[in-house]
Amino acid sequence: MSRHTRIIPRLDIKGPNLVKGIHLEGLRVLGRPEAFARWYYENGADELIYLDVVASLYGRNSLLDIVRRTSSEIFIPLTVGGGLRSVDDIRDTLRAGADKVAVNTAAVRTPSLIAEAARRFGSSTIVVAIEAIETSPGTYEAFTDNGREATGVNAVEWAGRAVELGAGEILLTSVDREGTGRGYDVRLTRTIAEMVGVPVIAAGGAGSIRHVTEALVDGRADAVAVASMLHYYAVRVLPPPEVEAAEGNTEFLRSGRPPNRDIQPATVAELALAIGEAGFVTRTTAMGRLHA
Amino acid sequence: MPERAAPSVAIVDYGLGNLFSVAQACAAMGLRTTVTSDADELQRSACIVLPGVGAFGDAMSALSRLGLVAVLQRAPEDGIPLVGICLGMQLLMERSREFGVYEGLGLIPGTVERLQPEHDAGTIGAIKVPQVGWNGIFGGHWDASLLKGVANGEPMYFVHSYAVFPSREDDVLARSSYGGVSFCSAIARGRVTGFQFHPERSGPAGLGIYRNLAAALTPR
Repeated sequence: MSRHTRIIPRLDIKGPNLVKGIHLEGLRVLGRPEAFARWYYENGADELIYLDVVASLYGRNSLLDIVRRTSSEIFIPLTVGGGLRSVDDIRDTLRAGADKVAVNTAAVRTPSLIAEAARRFGSSTIVVAIEAIETSPGTYEAFTDNGREATGVNAVEWAGRAVELGAGEILLTSVDREGTGRGYDVRLTRTIAEMVGVPVIAAGGAGSIRHVTEALVDGRADAVAVASMLHYYAVRVLPPPEVEAAEGNTEFLRSGRPPNRDIQPATVAELALAIGEAGFVTRTTAMGRLHA
Repeated sequence: MPERAAPSVAIVDYGLGNLFSVAQACAAMGLRTTVTSDADELQRSACIVLPGVGAFGDAMSALSRLGLVAVLQRAPEDGIPLVGICLGMQLLMERSREFGVYEGLGLIPGTVERLQPEHDAGTIGAIKVPQVGWNGIFGGHWDASLLKGVANGEPMYFVHSYAVFPSREDDVLARSSYGGVSFCSAIARGRVTGFQFHPERSGPAGLGIYRNLAAALTPR
């Protein structure tokens, strides 16, 4: 029996720019998120994730403008997160055109926010983002603020609790792997994906098509978030952007090379066809499969 | 000569669900929209879209509190097309078994039941509910419906834990299959249409449904 899954480009945003870091740090400016979003939409992406990695007040207003522009011309689901502190923040983000919101820091500090938001907007609208760091072998701690702040909360237990409170999906990022291209943390992904009854989106570490298949087969992820592989392909084919140098390191835009050899650029369509051979169906490959 | 005003679609705002993506899809296809919970405004519209995300019981109480149940029930016989999306489609049915037994709008005979995928004995693991993602819709014979021009098997975007079980097979417009179980993914009866998936988030093929809606509402 084949399985339905989703390939979800993850776009980290700082101010007006798409950025990419390693372990969520050392951000490089890659271009305008709207341009990448449109390219991914046309390439068969199943959904998109926007995460505001700075979430300052300036970032918030800028982010909502980007969400408005994106959602008026891109007709696939858009999840938006980063710095959402309250039910009002969530409402504003949904009103700007997001289909789902991702909450992390505020949910860890005030878990009842998950329950309240799920009741107000529906469970399927509330994604709980977990940034996990392996603090001792086999033990994962949930971090907040882009992997900078320890919480003392066990990431696996927190995933279970978040789902009990009403999370409709878990976006699970391995901060240890994020941006490295060394592959997803398959053990962490599998532990949580097998434990909870809602979809788990694996994030952090995809460097090759094999990594994506591993997250789905061995990690039992319900969906995969992919950033570097897709962004470093797209940046070569999209017209060069005019970016504000103040928003991060723009050196890359002049060199055009991924940060290391572990990251093999690919398109959404290439990923979809490759995982299709392993029995996983996405928007790109769903056509004609009634008995999937 | 002044251009004729675009037909106005009333999107029912009862506090649940993402109305904005529906409004954006309508706008992209040249339809004017009003997001409203006002019964008179619904009655004056060229078409009513009933969206919705969340629980069936909460949705029916909200519609009832806003005094919209009778207006929605009467709309089709008053000549106003009614389109239910996701939970909005489920609300068209007679009753649901989501967290108890609740009466629906009763516009289409049948019930709403939880998705029950067959256990997957393969190596890939359990099939989860809700279904979140893209899945093909099948049926064909769509030329007289809002699915006109949609390819048989076209993938659409779904988010749901429950599905409708119409009493009459004639009311089924499309079927899909999840975890080895077939369910009704689109339904039509007279001026009432329902989609379990989200056409407004289903890419160009989904937008085609809004294009058909715009064409159906625009006088020739």
